[in-house]
Amino acid sequence: MQKVVRFLLVLALVLPTAVLASSEGHNDHDVDHDTKDLTPEEEAERKAEREKNHRKHYVIHHTQDSHDFGLFTNETEGKHYGFPLPVILWDDGIHFFMSSKFGHGHKTASSNGKYFKLDYNNGKVYQADAEGHFLKKKVWDKELKEFVSERVEVLDFSITKNVLVTMLMVVLMFFLFRSIARSYKNGLAPTGAAKFFEPIIIYVRDEIARPNIGEKHYKKYMVYLLTVFFFIWFLNLSGMTPLGINVTGNIAFTAALALMTYLITTFTGKKDYWMHIFWMPGVPWPMKIVLAPIELLGTIIKPFALMIRLYANMLAGHIVLGMLILAAYGFSNYFASGAFIGLTFFMNIIELLVALLQAYIFTMLTALYFGAAAEEHDHEHAAAH
Amino acid sequence: MEIPTIVGAGLVVIGVGIGIGRIGGSAMEAIARQPEATNKIQTAMLIAAALIEGIGFAALFAA
Repeated sequence: MQKVVRFLLVLALVLPTAVLASSEGHNDHDVDHDTKDLTPEEEAERKAEREKNHRKHYVIHHTQDSHDFGLFTNETEGKHYGFPLPVILWDDGIHFFMSSKFGHGHKTASSNGKYFKLDYNNGKVYQADAEGHFLKKKVWDKELKEFVSERVEVLDFSITKNVLVTMLMVVLMFFLFRSIARSYKNGLAPTGAAKFFEPIIIYVRDEIARPNIGEKHYKKYMVYLLTVFFFIWFLNLSGMTPLGINVTGNIAFTAALALMTYLITTFTGKKDYWMHIFWMPGVPWPMKIVLAPIELLGTIIKPFALMIRLYANMLAGHIVLGMLILAAYGFSNYFASGAFIGLTFFMNIIELLVALLQAYIFTMLTALYFGAAAEEHDHEHAAAH
Repeated sequence: MEIPTIVGAGLVVIGVGIGIGRIGGSAMEAIARQPEATNKIQTAMLIAAALIEGIGFAALFAA
C-alpha cells in the first residue's frame, strides 16, 4: 500500500515537470516572423490573442463528435493516433468506407465515383470534386437578399465516436443487468454485481418512482426510469475517462432521450391529464381559454428543458475541465501550473458528482411528468363539483 | 447605444446565482430545523435548483 502511495507521489511530482518541459518547447516553435513592423507590445498582444483563440477552438473541438476515435495528437508533427470508424453516407446511393480515407480533413475520399471531404473544424462531410475542392451550390440568403455559395452537405449516417460509445454502453448495460436479473433466481440475497447495484435500483424505485408517480401506476414506468437513469449515468461517467467521450453533452442525444419522455408522457396520459391541460377544473371559464394554450405549450417546454439541462451541464463541465487542463499546460510557472493541476483534480471530483446528479435529476423530472400523466384526481373533482 | 447580449447573459447568471443560493440557504435552515425531513427537503431543493439552472443555461447559450 505504502509503495503505491509513494509511486503516486513521485508521479504527481514528475508529471507536471514533464508537461512543462514539453509545453515550453511548443511555445518556442510558435513565434511568428512576419510581424516585424509591429511594436513588441502589439506583437505580444496579437500572439496572446491567437493563442487564446487556438485554445478555445482546441477545447470546443474536443467536446464535439468526430468521425474517428482519436487517442493522442502530436501537434508539433501533426500526427494523430487512434483508430478510424466506419463512415456511411447517402448521396444518390449508399457510400461506405473507413474514416481513415478522410485523413483528418487533408484527403479527399472517393466512393462509387463520388468524392467527399471532411471539414475538420466542424466535423461535417461535404461533397467535393476529384481535386479535393468543396463543391458549391447557390443558395438564396434571405437577409442579404442575394445568392450566396454554400458547400453541399451529405446525409451522414456514420458510426461516429458518440454512436460507437452509445452502442458499446447499450451492450454493456444489457449484459450487466441481465446478469443482475439472473442472480436473483437463486434466492433473494444479491450476489456479484447485484450487491453494488441493488441499493441504487431500490433507490430509484422507492425515492424517485413511488413518491412521484404513485403506488398504483409506478410499476409500468420502472423499466424506462431505470434504463434512463443508468444509461445517462454510465455515459456521463464514460465522459470522465481520458478518452475524450462526450455523448451526453451532445444535443442530438439528449433530444432523443427527451423525445422518449415526451412520447411516453403523451401516450400514457390519462383522461385527467388531458382535462387538466385543456379544461382544468376549478378555474373560471374565461381563464380556461387563456390557460389552455399555455398548458399545451408547457407539455413541449418540459421535455425541451430536460434536453437543454443535461446537454448544457455536461458540455459546460467538459469545457471547464478542458480549459483548466490547458491552463495547467500553458503556464511556464511551476507553482501556477501545479495549482491548476490541483484545480483540475478538484473539478474532476465535482464532475463525478454532477454525472450522478444529472442522471438523478433527469430521472426525477421524468418521473414527475409521468406522475402528472398517470394521476387520477379523485379529491380535486369532488371539490370542483 | 446597443447593449451586448453577453451583458444580459451576465445579469441572468447573477439572478440564477442569487436564486440557487437562496434555495440552498433555505434548505440548510430547513434541514437544521427538521433533520428528520432531510431527504424530502433535499429532493425538493434539487428539483428547484435544476429548474432555475435551466434558465441560466438558456441565457448562456443565447449569448
